[in-house]
Amino acid sequence: MAAPILEVNDLCVSYGKVEALHHINLRVESGKIVTVIGPNGAGKTTMLSAIMGLLPSKGEIQFRGEVQRDIEVEHLVTMGMTLVPEKRELFGEMSVEDNLLLGAFQRYRHGDRDEGKTMDQVFGTFPRLKERRMQLAGTLSGGERQMLAVGRALMAKPKLLMLDEPSLGLAPLIVREIFHIIADLKQTGVAILLVEQNARAALQIADYGYVLETGSIALEGESRALADDPRVVETYLGLGGKKQ
Amino acid sequence: MKQRLPLLVFLALLAIGPSVLPEFYITLLNYIGLYAIVAIGLVLLTGVGGLTSFGQAAFVGLGAYTTAYLTTAHAVSPWLTLLIGLTVTAAVALILGFLTLRLSGHYLPLGTIAWGLSLYFLFGNLEFLGGHTGLTGIPVLGLFGFELHTGREFYYLIWLVLLGAVLATQNLLDSREGRAIRALKGGGLMAESMGVNTARTKIVIFLIAALFACVSGWLYAHLQRFVNPTPFGLHIGIEYLFMAVVGGAAHVWGALVGAGVITILKQWLQDLLPKLLGQSGNFEAIFFGILLVLVLQRARDGIWPWVVRLIPIKAAQRVVAEAEPLPHREMPALGTVLLEVKDACKRFGGLVANNNMSLTVKAGEVMALIGPNGAGKSTMFNCISGVDPVTSGEVRFIGERIDHLESREIARRGMGRTFQHVRLLPTMSVLENVAIGAHLRGSKGVLSASLRLERAEEARLLAEAKRQLERVGLGEHLFDEAGSLPLGQQRVLEIARALCADPCLLLLDEPAAGLRYLEKQALAELLRKLRGEGMGILLVEHDMDFVMGLADRVVVMEFGEKISEGLPEEVQKDPVVLEAYLGGVE
Amino acid sequence: MDLQIALLLGQDGIVNGAIYALLALALVLVFAVTRVIYIPQGEFVAYGALTLAAFQAGKTPGTLWFLLGAGVLVAVIDTVIAVRAGALGRMKRIVLWNLAYPAVVAGLVLGLEPAKLPLVAQAALSLVIVVPLGPMIYRLAFQPLAEASVLVLLIVSVAVHTAMVGLGLLFFGAEGSRTTPFSEAQFTLGTLNVNGQTLWVIGSSIVLIIALYQFFGRTLYGKALRATAINRVGARLMGISTTMAGKLSFTLAAGIGAFSGILIAPITTVYYDTGFLVGLKGFVAAIIAGLVSYPLAAAGAILVGLLESFSSFWASAFKEVIVFTLIIPVLVWRSLTSHHVEEEE
Repeated sequence: MAAPILEVNDLCVSYGKVEALHHINLRVESGKIVTVIGPNGAGKTTMLSAIMGLLPSKGEIQFRGEVQRDIEVEHLVTMGMTLVPEKRELFGEMSVEDNLLLGAFQRYRHGDRDEGKTMDQVFGTFPRLKERRMQLAGTLSGGERQMLAVGRALMAKPKLLMLDEPSLGLAPLIVREIFHIIADLKQTGVAILLVEQNARAALQIADYGYVLETGSIALEGESRALADDPRVVETYLGLGGKKQ
Repeated sequence: MKQRLPLLVFLALLAIGPSVLPEFYITLLNYIGLYAIVAIGLVLLTGVGGLTSFGQAAFVGLGAYTTAYLTTAHAVSPWLTLLIGLTVTAAVALILGFLTLRLSGHYLPLGTIAWGLSLYFLFGNLEFLGGHTGLTGIPVLGLFGFELHTGREFYYLIWLVLLGAVLATQNLLDSREGRAIRALKGGGLMAESMGVNTARTKIVIFLIAALFACVSGWLYAHLQRFVNPTPFGLHIGIEYLFMAVVGGAAHVWGALVGAGVITILKQWLQDLLPKLLGQSGNFEAIFFGILLVLVLQRARDGIWPWVVRLIPIKAAQRVVAEAEPLPHREMPALGTVLLEVKDACKRFGGLVANNNMSLTVKAGEVMALIGPNGAGKSTMFNCISGVDPVTSGEVRFIGERIDHLESREIARRGMGRTFQHVRLLPTMSVLENVAIGAHLRGSKGVLSASLRLERAEEARLLAEAKRQLERVGLGEHLFDEAGSLPLGQQRVLEIARALCADPCLLLLDEPAAGLRYLEKQALAELLRKLRGEGMGILLVEHDMDFVMGLADRVVVMEFGEKISEGLPEEVQKDPVVLEAYLGGVE
Repeated sequence: MDLQIALLLGQDGIVNGAIYALLALALVLVFAVTRVIYIPQGEFVAYGALTLAAFQAGKTPGTLWFLLGAGVLVAVIDTVIAVRAGALGRMKRIVLWNLAYPAVVAGLVLGLEPAKLPLVAQAALSLVIVVPLGPMIYRLAFQPLAEASVLVLLIVSVAVHTAMVGLGLLFFGAEGSRTTPFSEAQFTLGTLNVNGQTLWVIGSSIVLIIALYQFFGRTLYGKALRATAINRVGARLMGISTTMAGKLSFTLAAGIGAFSGILIAPITTVYYDTGFLVGLKGFVAAIIAGLVSYPLAAAGAILVGLLESFSSFWASAFKEVIVFTLIIPVLVWRSLTSHHVEEEE
C-alpha cells in the first residue's frame, strides 16, 4: 500500500459548544482521487476547512508524513496543499491573470520564478481562461469562475488538491467538463480530495469514497462498491428512494 | 434575598461613606460616580449595542456649559438648565446619529471624534463661554430649600443619580426594546426580519448614552462651580471608553468598576510616574493605552466577570408567569393566494442567481421549493422576505406589492421566516431569543421599560414565547443559552421565533436539517397542524422523504430557474428533476 | 483678500493637502488590508519629524530606545511561541529583525554623530529608526486580534495612539521643533513667491504616490496586499498570510507617516502631539473616499488642505472646527447614497 499523503485521525470540530464533526478518520494516497460525499449540512465543508487550518480542530492531521501541530494555512500551502473552496473566493476586482499569478504567491516567495510557464500550462488546461485573461474575475460566468478557482489552485503546483463542491451551481455540460479535467489531473500525479454532493459523478472518477452523514463517516469503500451500495442510494440520494 | 445580599452590603457601605471617610476619598468617590454615569451609557452603546463613541466627554461638556452659561449669564434655575441641556444634547445626538448610523459601524466613532474635537475647540474659542479660562460663579444646587455646598452633601445626589441610571439601564435591557438592543451586535439582519427597526434602535441607545453624559456634566458643573474646556476634550472622551472596556463593557456594573479602577489608578500614577521618569507630563496615558490593549487581547470582557466570580451573585432561574394570550391576526380564508412571485430576477454582478422565477403559495398549503445546492433557493427566500430585494420582477403578498419594502415591513404584514444559516443570539436564553419574534406584537417603548411600566405586556410576550417553544417541543430548554442547543434544535428554535410573530405565511429554510428521525416526524406533524389552521408554508428542504410526505405542491429549481412544478409524485418522476439531482457524467 | 493672498493661501493649502493625501492613502491601505482604523498614523508623522529634529539638535532621539525595547518585546513573545510550536526554524528571522537590526541601528546612531551628517543621511537614519516601529506595533497590538471586529480594532487603535502620544512626550518633551529645510531656494512665479521646500513637499508626494501605484499594480507583493483587501480567505488560501499582509501594510504606513513628518518639519513647528490633528485631517480625506478609493482620498485631501488654509485666514480660531465640520456634508451624502442593513461580524 502506498504511503498516504494525507492522514486524518480522530478529527473533531466544534462551533461554540456544538460539535459539528465527530472523530473523522480519512486517508488520501498519492496520485489517487478520494471523494467525500454526503447530504447538505453533513459537515463536508467544515472538514475541509479544518484540514486546511481555517478552523480550529482536535485530532491529528498528517500531511506528507509530517504531523501538523498549530496548523497554519500558509505553511500547508507551502508544503503543497491547496483548497478550492465552495465559494471560490476569487479576487473579483482583479484580472484573471492577476488571480492566477497570486496562486503562485507562496512559490514566488520561496524563489520559484516559473509562474509564466505554469500559467501557460493552466491556460492549456483551461483555454477559456486565456481568452479572458484581462477580464476582471468578478465579471466571469459561474463555470468560468470555477475554472479560474481550480486554475489558481494549480498555479501552486499542489501535491494535494482539495475541491469543495466543484459542481455547485453549474450546468450539467460544464460539470461534465470540470469532472473530466479533474480526472485528467490525476495523471499528473497530484492527489485529489473531492467533496461533492453530486454523488454519481464523484464516485465515477474517484478511486475511494467516504460517505459523511451528520458529522460522522457513515460508510467508506472502493468507489465502485459504494456506487452500488443500496444504503448510499437510500440515505443519501433520497429522491426515488423509499417513501413513507 | 440571599442573592441581593452583596448589593445591599454595597449600598449600605455607600450610605455610611460620607460620615466616616476623609474629604479626599469623598472627592474621589464623587468623581468615580460622575464618570460611571457616563460609562454606563457606553456600556449600553459599546458593550451591548456594538457601537461606540469617543465623543462622550463633549456631551458631558454640553451639559456642563449649558448650565454654566445660563445660570451665570441669565440667572436661569439650574433645574431648568438641566432640561435645556438635555434638549440640546438630544438634538445634537439625533443629528449625529442620523448622519452616521445608517452607514457602516465605524462611521459613528469617527464622527464622534470629529464632533469631540470641534466642540472642544468651540468651547475654547467662544468669547461668551469664557474661552480657555472658562466660566466661574456657577450657583449652588438647591433641593427643597436645602443647598448642596460641599462635596459631602453632593455625594448623595451623584450616587442616587448613578444608581438610578444603573437600575433604569438594567430594566431596559430586560425588556422588549432591550432584546432589540441586544440583538444589534451580531443579529441586525435577523432583528430586521423580526420587525425591529435597527437604525432607530441604534439612534435610541446613542441618545440614551448622550443624555447620561449630559446629566453627568450638569452635576459636574454644580459640584465644581466653574467650568473650562479641559475636562471635555477628546482625550477624556477616550478615557470614558477605557473605563467601560476595562470594567467590562457588557455589564452595567462593569461601568462602575471601570470608573473606579481607572480613576484611582490615574490618581496614583499621576503621583508616581513623574517621580519615576524624572519629568512632568501625563504619562499615565502610556500606561492606560498599554493596559487597554492587554485587556482587549487577554480579557475582552473586562474586570466585572472576575468580580462576579469573587462574590456570589447568581442569576435566579426565572419562571414564566401565565398571562393573557396576545390577540391573533385574522387569517386569510383557505385557498387565498398569499404569495405571488412573478418573473423575479436577481443578479449579483455577472452572476444570475434567480432568473424569471414564478411561484404562488396559498393559505392552507405547503409549497416545497427544492433543487440541488446552489440552485438559488435561499436567494429566492431573501428576495421574498426583503432581505435582499429582487433586481426585477414582482413579489405580491396578499395582493400587495412588497418587492421594494424593507424586511421589517414585510414581517409586519404577516410573513415569518427562518434562516438557512441559523441566526440567533447564542448567549441569550432560548426564551428571549424566541421573544424577539414577538417584537411587533408589543408596543411599549424605552421609557416605560426603564421604569418597569410595561410588565403586563412583557409577561404576555414571554408567555407567548413559552407557548410557541412548548409547541415545537423545546419547552424543557426555556432558560438554556440558545448557543448550547444542538444545531437541529436551533433550527426548530427559529421556527418558534417565527411563529411568535403570529404570521399567516411561513418561510422555512431547511427546517429538518440536522434533526433525528423522530424529531423530523414531530416537525412534520407540527407543520401539518399549522397548515390545517390555514397557514401558508413555503419550504426549502433537502430531505426528500420529508418534503414528499408533506408538500402539497413542489417547485424544482436549478441554475436559478424553475425546471419543474407540480404534485410531489409528478415531480419525482420528471426525468429533468432526476438528472438535476443525481447528476452524472457519461 | 486680493489675488496675492489667495495664491499664497492656495499654495499653503496644496502643500498641506499633499501631506494629508499621503496620510489618507496610508489610512485607506491599512483599513482595506487589516480593517484597522489607524488612528496612530499621525504619531508616525510626529516621530519622524522629531527624530530628525533630535539629530539636528545633537541629541539621541528617544525613538531609538523605543525601537530597541519593542524589538526585545517582539523577540521574547515570538520566541516563546516558536518554542511552544517546536518551530525553531523561525528563530533566525526573529533575532535578525527584532534584535540584530535595532542593535545595528543603535550602533550607527551612537557611533556616527548624526548632527554632523548631511541632511539626507539624517533623514534616512530617522526613517531607519521609525519605520520598523510600524510592523512591531502591528505585531504587539493588532496581530493577536486580527480576527476581532472593526470596533475592537478601533478601540485598540485609539489605545495605541494614547500610549504613543504619551511616549512622544517622554521622548521629545513638550517643546516643539523645526528642522532645516531641504532647500533654501526661492522662486518667483509671476507675483507668487514659491520656496524650495514647497516644491520638495509636492514633488515628493507625487513621486511617492506614483511609486505606490506601481507597487500595487505591478509587483506580486502589491497584488498580494490588494488580494487580502478584496478577499481575506481567498488570500490565505494562496498562502498570503494575514500577518504578513498586516506587517507589510503597517510598514508602508509607517514609512509614509515618518516621511511626511520629515517633509513638513521645516515648514511647521512639530510638537509631540501634532501628529494626531494632522492624521485626523488625513482621516477626513479618507472618509470622503469612504475608506476605499485611493484617488478620491487624494482629492479629498487637497480639498481639506485648501479649506484649512483659507479658513485660517478668515477665522483662524475656528480653523479646526471648520475642517472637522466638513465631514458632516460628506456623511450626509454617504448616508443618502447607501441603502443596506449592516451585518456586523
